[in-house]
Amino acid sequence: MRRAFTAAVAAAIAAVGLAGCSDPPPERVSLNELLATDLGGGTTRNIVNQNAFGLPAKSLPGEDRADFEVGDSFFTQNWVIAPASTTSRDGLGPTFNATACASCHVRDGKASPPTAEQPRAPGLLFRLSVPGEDEHGGPKPLARYGGQLQDSSIPGVPAEGSMEISYRNVAGTFADGERYTLQAPTYSVKEPAFGALGDDVMIGPRIAPAITGMGLLEAVPEATIVAAADPDDDDDDGISGRVNRVWDEVSQKEALGRFGWKANVPSVRQQTAGAFSGDIGVSSPVFDEQDCPSAQTECRAAPDGGSPEVDIQTFEAVVFYTRVLAVPAARDIDKPDVQQGARVFRDAGCASCHTPTLKTGPSDIKALAAQTIHPYTDLLLHDMGPGLADGRPDNDASGAEWRTPPLWGIGLVERINGHTRFLHDGRARSLMEAILWHGGEGEASRDRVLALSAADRAALISYLESR
Amino acid sequence: MRDLENSVQRGPTRGLALRSVAVIAVAGLALVGCSSDDDAAGDDVVTTTEAPAATGSLDEALAAEVIGHYADGVYASYTNSLDTATTMQGAIDAFVAAPDDTTLAAAREAWIDARTPYGLTEAFRFYGGPIDNEDDGPEGRINSWPLDEQYIDYTVDTPDSGIIANTTDFPELTPEVLAEANEQGGEANLSTGWHAIEFLLWGQDFSADGPGERPATDYTTGANAERRGEYLSAITELLIDDLTMVTEAWAPQTDDNYRGEFVALPAEDALNKMITGIGELSRGELAGERLNVAFEERSQEDEHSCFSDNTTADLLANAQGIANVWNGTYDGAADGPGLGELVSATDEELASGTTAKIEASLTVIGEIPAPFDQNLTADAPDDGPGRTAITDAIADLGTQTDSIVEAGKALGIEIEVS
Repeated sequence: MRRAFTAAVAAAIAAVGLAGCSDPPPERVSLNELLATDLGGGTTRNIVNQNAFGLPAKSLPGEDRADFEVGDSFFTQNWVIAPASTTSRDGLGPTFNATACASCHVRDGKASPPTAEQPRAPGLLFRLSVPGEDEHGGPKPLARYGGQLQDSSIPGVPAEGSMEISYRNVAGTFADGERYTLQAPTYSVKEPAFGALGDDVMIGPRIAPAITGMGLLEAVPEATIVAAADPDDDDDDGISGRVNRVWDEVSQKEALGRFGWKANVPSVRQQTAGAFSGDIGVSSPVFDEQDCPSAQTECRAAPDGGSPEVDIQTFEAVVFYTRVLAVPAARDIDKPDVQQGARVFRDAGCASCHTPTLKTGPSDIKALAAQTIHPYTDLLLHDMGPGLADGRPDNDASGAEWRTPPLWGIGLVERINGHTRFLHDGRARSLMEAILWHGGEGEASRDRVLALSAADRAALISYLESR
Repeated sequence: MRDLENSVQRGPTRGLALRSVAVIAVAGLALVGCSSDDDAAGDDVVTTTEAPAATGSLDEALAAEVIGHYADGVYASYTNSLDTATTMQGAIDAFVAAPDDTTLAAAREAWIDARTPYGLTEAFRFYGGPIDNEDDGPEGRINSWPLDEQYIDYTVDTPDSGIIANTTDFPELTPEVLAEANEQGGEANLSTGWHAIEFLLWGQDFSADGPGERPATDYTTGANAERRGEYLSAITELLIDDLTMVTEAWAPQTDDNYRGEFVALPAEDALNKMITGIGELSRGELAGERLNVAFEERSQEDEHSCFSDNTTADLLANAQGIANVWNGTYDGAADGPGLGELVSATDEELASGTTAKIEASLTVIGEIPAPFDQNLTADAPDDGPGRTAITDAIADLGTQTDSIVEAGKALGIEIEVS
């Protein structure tokens, strides 16, 4: 009886609330779905501490732990200059951005861009390209610099240059009159070692994301992702959603892009190999050549640490480790503001792109197969407007399109990594700033957030912090 | 006031009463006007399931005794560690003041003597206590490993590397500066703690059957000799400061510290921490990071005390620390009941089985031949006694961990270990 009464009252209030709203109704997802706690299905861990991003999937069998732990070790430890007595970890550089995976993905988490307190923090890098395409339709690298600015190098080899970042303030106001300030970045390359980069260079700043749940996202069937795409916005909800088709270096054919800020990488294996090569300067079974453009003679002349520098067993252990990391459980779902925040998240239409629930298909790793997961991403590209655009196309992604980043684990970033910097370049200094940067296909949702009461804004943030 | 939050969530979240959920649902709809619910309450009510009733049971009086005795034992253990580390500091000061082979040997011996008392305390980690709470727990400064030698000092491959040679960025080598440098720019960029001291006393280990052989002349005529001594003294002082802080947090005769808060916790919460500590040390840390990786990779870089060849003693101390919590036996503390006795009051068979497993892993870890790195060479046979003992130890620590988790359940306490 009580429930029937409640429904009647709620419906009445909802009807009153509807007056004056002209936006199309956001897609409905159930509140229970939004308040799920087992975000990573059977992999989910209830351990909530600073190591919460670094644990093996709860469902990982004991016999697989050794591979996980070996991968963990190589993820964490520094690579050193070749040749070295530590033969399994030599081959750093000749040019590089970081000396270990964990330099940027600290505790398997998310990096912050450099700050006044930490001016030399690794974790942000610049991708570089010029107009045109490479042989597989990807971005065209610079002849003298390649496709990424390596700002560090081993002795005797020049670094390619350094990153220059400046911010200007952009002020705005919520509907209730509360003011906010965003910081809009400008990027340039300082002290380029091999001549000016040219007027047509396109700089794509990228922050190192948390590596939570990548194996699960890899196991989402391609058909699921493609089915959610709406490239021409046929349903007329203002949101398109496009797939990125990219080159798969492992299978040597075109494939669906899933990873990277522009969904420009098809697999964890390729993502890992790309990071070894581009970020640490370590050749791998996938990318077996040093990343030294022909103009960089010292780079090309430097000794290497074997071919490849990370051997196949170690490489596969790091890939395995990355794939089977547990997703931390969501928290605080019995708190009223978290529940209210879930409603706000739903009603603002956030779930249109940050898809709360996906199901994984088959996987060679049993723990990843057939799982109901809550990553809050559709793995599709969306035009996020000129404010966020880097103007640097990548395969089928335009300069304004970004892949919906997953939100699982987002509430633990502050605890694990000690900062609250978000978005592809870490420009947002809080979750709310990240929301306020949404433009393009995210603009309608952003506007709904601007119209919220202060209490509902706080509830929305509490909800995100529970994920 | 130190944050006593529990690092592990216990069981599913208990549901709100339906009435309060309904009220919130109505309030929510009123606030969020722009939604087009046509069956609003239907999916706006949060459905929850009640947490299952705890299956275990607890002898409350005995539990209080076990918890109090644990606090005494932790304090006694840290006191022992601090005392032996202070003795080591004396030996290191004497070495830095007059570096020669004799004072270096004495400093090394004092490091070895101080390691086992510290190793016994690692069973008190992994629950956000004084040693590793996320605000100011010093564990990352005390015992992080494996370290990148190049971050601290020269190596055979890099004669000019490290903070010691870097007078530009590190003009002064103080405990504060070196604490700040710890883990900057990478998790292996370790500047402080037991293993940094170990590296500065022994150096890299290239010997076939012994530890590292850093010459005393590194502190007299070698490059940066004076700065190396300053560095060693500074991180030793930091270690003593950190151990002092942790020891005081567990000191009795005051309520105004962590110990006071710990013994005032609901018994289930305090026991949860105790069990989590030994469970996590047992598998994730000991079987996993300290045994499995070195074993699989045959990599001396991955053994715990790789400069001094003290790894087998470290392993044994860690395993003994687990046994101490279980049995309630701590050097320097009076007799008292341990976790095992409390579990025995509920499930005698489970308790005695767990005791047997803890003893079995102690035995098999004791059979790993020293030096540990001789079991990691390319030609060490997998079926030889050394690698067999390591394999057995990993397996035994795994089953021991399962028993510890089961023992928690018998007390009505769900813990999750990695």
